[in-house]
Amino acid sequence: MSEGPRFTLDGREIPLVPGQTVIEAADAAGIYIPRLCHKPGLEPFGSCRVCTVKANGRSVAACTYPASPGMIVESDTEEVNAHRKLLLEMLFVEGNHFCMSCEKSGNCELQALGYRFAISAPQLEFQFPVRDVDASHPDILIDHNRCILCARCVRASRDLDKKEVFGFVGRGPHKRIAVSSGTRLRDTDADVTDQAIDACPVGALLRKRVGFAVPVGRRLYDKVPIGGVPPAPEVPVSEEKRA
Amino acid sequence: MSTSLENAVVEVCASVGNDPSRLMDVARDIQARFGCVSAEAIDGIHKHLGVSRPTVRSLVSFYSFLSEEPKGRIVIRVCDDPVDRLFGYERVQKAFSDELGIPIGGTTPDGAFTLERTACIGMSDHAPAALVNETPVTDLSTDKAREIVAELRAHMSPERLVKKLGDGNNAHPLVRSMVKNHIRKAGPIVLVEHRHREATRKAAAMSPNEVIRAVKAARLRGRGGAGFPTGIKWEMARAAPGPRKFLVCNADEGEPGTFKDRVLLTEFPDRVFAGMTIAGYAIGAKEGILYLRAEYAYLRQFLEDVLARRRAEGFLGKSIAARHSFDFDIRIQMGAGAYVCGEESALLNSCEGLRGDPRNRPPFPAQKGYLGFPTIVNNVETLACVTRILDAGPATFSEYGSKQSAGSKLLSISGDVGMVGVYEVPFGVTLREVLELADGRETQAVQIGGPSGRMVGPADFDRTICYDDLATGGAMVVFGPDRNPIEIARMYMEFFEDESCGFCTPCRVGNGLLRRGLDKVLAGRGEPSDLAQFEEVARTMKATSRCGLGQTSFNPVLSTLTSFRPLFDSLVKEDPKKFRRSFDLEASTQEAARIRTGGAR
Repeated sequence: MSEGPRFTLDGREIPLVPGQTVIEAADAAGIYIPRLCHKPGLEPFGSCRVCTVKANGRSVAACTYPASPGMIVESDTEEVNAHRKLLLEMLFVEGNHFCMSCEKSGNCELQALGYRFAISAPQLEFQFPVRDVDASHPDILIDHNRCILCARCVRASRDLDKKEVFGFVGRGPHKRIAVSSGTRLRDTDADVTDQAIDACPVGALLRKRVGFAVPVGRRLYDKVPIGGVPPAPEVPVSEEKRA
Repeated sequence: MSTSLENAVVEVCASVGNDPSRLMDVARDIQARFGCVSAEAIDGIHKHLGVSRPTVRSLVSFYSFLSEEPKGRIVIRVCDDPVDRLFGYERVQKAFSDELGIPIGGTTPDGAFTLERTACIGMSDHAPAALVNETPVTDLSTDKAREIVAELRAHMSPERLVKKLGDGNNAHPLVRSMVKNHIRKAGPIVLVEHRHREATRKAAAMSPNEVIRAVKAARLRGRGGAGFPTGIKWEMARAAPGPRKFLVCNADEGEPGTFKDRVLLTEFPDRVFAGMTIAGYAIGAKEGILYLRAEYAYLRQFLEDVLARRRAEGFLGKSIAARHSFDFDIRIQMGAGAYVCGEESALLNSCEGLRGDPRNRPPFPAQKGYLGFPTIVNNVETLACVTRILDAGPATFSEYGSKQSAGSKLLSISGDVGMVGVYEVPFGVTLREVLELADGRETQAVQIGGPSGRMVGPADFDRTICYDDLATGGAMVVFGPDRNPIEIARMYMEFFEDESCGFCTPCRVGNGLLRRGLDKVLAGRGEPSDLAQFEEVARTMKATSRCGLGQTSFNPVLSTLTSFRPLFDSLVKEDPKKFRRSFDLEASTQEAARIRTGGAR
């Protein structure tokens, strides 16, 4: 084993490079910490809080918290996972997420995490907000119903596409994604090849006319769950047969 | 773009040296001149200040006092906080609404008036109150509301609504306000004679480290409520490397029910500014910022005048108190209506012309704060204490109060008491003693420390005000026997729902979940499992929220649940058939029924 600074993640000693965040060090060591707003290559943000871990007993977001030598991090524990599950439920009930009619189904990180955390139906009350769809752009669709305000499009557009097509407006429950023109996406310089579109973890930002190019059943999380194989929840045999 | 708007944007941007970090001032100025920061204005600011359109739009949409849509020449903001609700907000709001012929959020067709509701404006001792543009109008009634509208229609100048001036500096020519100080108990630490010039001279005769040692010897802790030892915080900033350092005074007093900083700024601004100057000297900062909440804009000119006088007297500027290289100056940064900016990192973003979203930590402001430089953010009262410590010596300060909590605390007491106002009490005083001072009779509940503090009932009245027991930023709202504690908790949750910045999931969603949960309980549709869910949501908010707001905002619910459990239990019940009692069949099928009968929406 190589020399150098290390810290403990769920009982395993893993190396760290100074400047790395907890999630970056974990990724490098092949240990998955659930996340939504974090995407390698984009500036850490820390809004979804799904990557919350306990570092030396304090709850922190693994995507923004620096890894330091000797720290003890707990991630895959009953307590931490309970928080993650509730955060995911919050995101589900906050928007309008109808997986069965969403073309992102199977490639959606929120849905995949829902499966990982065995959320059959949220215990929290649905809010059923009234939100808009912006289909003005010839090649790109924004469906605010599914937006989880993770800012991945904001960061990708700003830092990778060098465009700043997206930004946030409003505060609290009224916070939402807005486009630089102030009105419609078609009036911006957004392009179908923008990396911002690929950055969206859910079905809020979609390319038009390619929705079912990859059929359901052959999509990203159809075969392998997000983050690898989790400790699988018990599935009744009858349901297994049906599947 | 119209020429007048274009010219104004150019002029306003130039007035801040075309500095993009002064976007807040630019937006405020344009809003004041044109009643909005329109899409056109945003384009202009983008062009002349070099800030992207999404950034400008994001700022404008974040703050309550800025808007993209045009507002009336006069904006009446009726204060809608729990105390105002108890004392007639609904009636007053309706009187304004009827008289103006517009609902809350509306603007009259002639563009003269806009009527809004706003979070606590720091006038809970004057409830119900409102702001007419920048002018506070206090102790309102329906008759007064109607008179105000009639008068404004005649002269359109809010300042002329002030007939009888308040006491002390409220009557100062640069303030001219009807607000009263309501100082009920003063001394012996903060609200007494301070020799602020002496204090500054004494500091200048010491080394910065000696000043820090004095503050540590006095055992001064932050007065905002969290209670971090001030001297230790200063040491961190002093030790942090940086070509520039900043000292910021947090005058974004927004916790519903608090108004003591308003009184400090009105009557004792020199103590606050001297405290800032001394703190700046201690940490090695030459630049200070007073972040003044928009609701206190009526004090701005007066405070600017005090700053000018201090410069003339040699207590700001170069070589303060004749000490070579003791240079320090202060500028006032206005806020624009956002409670979350009281959180220190959100406040720094706001000072930099950004949305008031709190920042990720680490780095802490003491390492990397305003514009990336080491920055200390201290509360108004904390800085006033600093002046006292330097003037009277650490021992005078630390001998007062309790063992762990040295000195005194200013309390803003409002609600159902005989004597609302500001009280200076020693740390360690019991709640019962405080209630007696303020003439609170038959008190049912007290909300301590603002909403993110807690709601306590009579069983807790022998507990003490100090950092280790009932810690408080200074708000104390008293509720008499006829008030419903659950309804009050609901109002506080509504406040947090409105004021959450919306950045992180638990706070953005959690506050609304709790508020709707209380709605359900109050409507008689709650179940025992709802109460368990409150606790579950609160646990996740506490553990996963990004800043202090979401980490504590559930407290009104949890503490009310603890203090008034029987009341909750009497309102919730299990459905005999195990159906969800909150499910309203009729409401849920309304839309389908409408479609079936072919009715219009």
